[in-house]
Amino acid sequence: MENNSFYRAEKAAQTRKTVLKTLSYILLAVWAVMVLLPFYWMILTSVKDTAAYNAEVKPEFFTLSPTLENYAKAFTEVNLGRYFINTVVFTAVTTVLMVAVITLAAFAFSRLNFRGRDILFTFFLSLMMIPSELVVITNYVTITDMGLKNTFTGLILPSITSVFYIYLLKENFAQIPDELYYAAKVDGTSDFKYLMRVMVPICRPTLVTVIILKVIECWNSYIWPRLITTKEEYYLVSNGIQEIRESGFGRDNIPAMMAAVVVISVPLIILFLIFREKIMSGVARGGTKG
Amino acid sequence: MDNRSPKAWLYLLPAIVFLAVFMVYPLVDVLIYSFEEGYNFASGNYFGHGFYNFSYVLRDPYFIQAVKNTLILVAVTVPVSTGFALLISLALNSIVPLKKLFQTVFFLPYVTNTLAVGLVFMVLFKKTDSSDGLVNMMLSWFGSSGVDFINGPYWAKMFVLCFYTVWIVLPFKVLILTSALASVDETYYNAARIDGTSPFRIFRRITLPMISPMIFYLVITGFIGAFKAYSDAVAIFGTDLNVAGMNTIVGYVYDMLYGSSGGYPSYASAAAIILFAIVLTITVINLLVRKKTAR
Repeated sequence: MENNSFYRAEKAAQTRKTVLKTLSYILLAVWAVMVLLPFYWMILTSVKDTAAYNAEVKPEFFTLSPTLENYAKAFTEVNLGRYFINTVVFTAVTTVLMVAVITLAAFAFSRLNFRGRDILFTFFLSLMMIPSELVVITNYVTITDMGLKNTFTGLILPSITSVFYIYLLKENFAQIPDELYYAAKVDGTSDFKYLMRVMVPICRPTLVTVIILKVIECWNSYIWPRLITTKEEYYLVSNGIQEIRESGFGRDNIPAMMAAVVVISVPLIILFLIFREKIMSGVARGGTKG
Repeated sequence: MDNRSPKAWLYLLPAIVFLAVFMVYPLVDVLIYSFEEGYNFASGNYFGHGFYNFSYVLRDPYFIQAVKNTLILVAVTVPVSTGFALLISLALNSIVPLKKLFQTVFFLPYVTNTLAVGLVFMVLFKKTDSSDGLVNMMLSWFGSSGVDFINGPYWAKMFVLCFYTVWIVLPFKVLILTSALASVDETYYNAARIDGTSPFRIFRRITLPMISPMIFYLVITGFIGAFKAYSDAVAIFGTDLNVAGMNTIVGYVYDMLYGSSGGYPSYASAAAIILFAIVLTITVINLLVRKKTAR
């Protein structure tokens, strides 16, 4: 009797567990479809024939005659190639300069002693609370007054320092034992050499994380480039896609637009699939989108 | 100790220069702009000092619409995305096979270009005379006559904007919550299981209290993020958000700057300061509530 009811309770718990598990899988599967559907739809639409697409009153879930013509159009009829190269240049230059600036600053804060270091660092940290919306207005005026509108310099200048990344890197630098530094000093190694030969290699994982996060940020930046670039030859992909939407392809060529969207999305997705672990742990540490 | 002092400043020089020019100076300058009444960028003129910019902005129907849109967006997306992210994270943590795959898929929206994928959402939700979008076709399976979510009624447009926002912010929240859930000490669960505690009770009495700091963190960052919504709206409705009636506060700030008339940095500054005040107030209220409930 006693035994029987225990058995029944055990069995009920087992059933409940199975039900919960099934519900979990259903929920996850549904959301996975919701996430993947837009990606599927953009790829699908991008390989549909334009005339066939326009003739569809009810959307078709697949196509039997895929074409790459839309991709050709995306590179010939609008300046997608130009936007793409601009973005690559912008992303590369911004990231390289930023990494240089923050490495030097983090080194000074973590390794060197100077008067006012702690006060200055606290001041740096307090700058993290400033929303970019407040400073963009003046930066726009500053850059315009310097005559840097529609130049790469103007695009790049305001985003080559990041207090947050200085903070992240400084914390990492500070973990390197002092003994290494003194040993290097005895050997007559200069500060800069020590930074490049010892600290940077040891902290490479953090630097890689910072670089990846910055690349994602640059690739997706929209607001600043839109303010600073009015000429098409300086557009980045975000502005480019907006331009394509408003005036490219005669507004109605959805398949060609989707081809452009695919071209813009693919680089980051590849980057993500290669550096999955790094990106996810990096975002967990320092991501802000959300 | 101090003999290295000058050299340290040399290392810091680039960072200090850039922060001073593009961060500290603008902060002071934005305050000055906000009190220079009706300053026009093209002509360089303003007609006095005072609070006119603020009263202009607060009476501007476009700004009021932008505030209304932003508030609805915040009120809907923050609770929905946080709650839904929690559900998904709980489901993720309860399974073993396919977990990695699901995590990878769920993270994808984070690494997409907001503007580009917004265009796909527009295509999915749009309905024209010559074609239903995918969403409207699905609605018609359930007997609905459909609605144009892009150029249609206000609630429909709001729905798409909220849906897209949740879609975009979910990866970050799921990521944070899954790792928070995974870090809850197994022994608590084992003890509860031996006592025969029901799963719901375990969730309420153990899981929730253990991850509440992370939920709180997500709610605060969610509030701040949603108040600054802008590019998602542009992605779906195009650059002329005022005409679409879907502008946001940040959108209003930038529209004031782009202006074909040369731009009005003073109105933009006033609006940006109002936004900052709202966000700050809500963050402080959140912190106070948190303090009270923690006690």
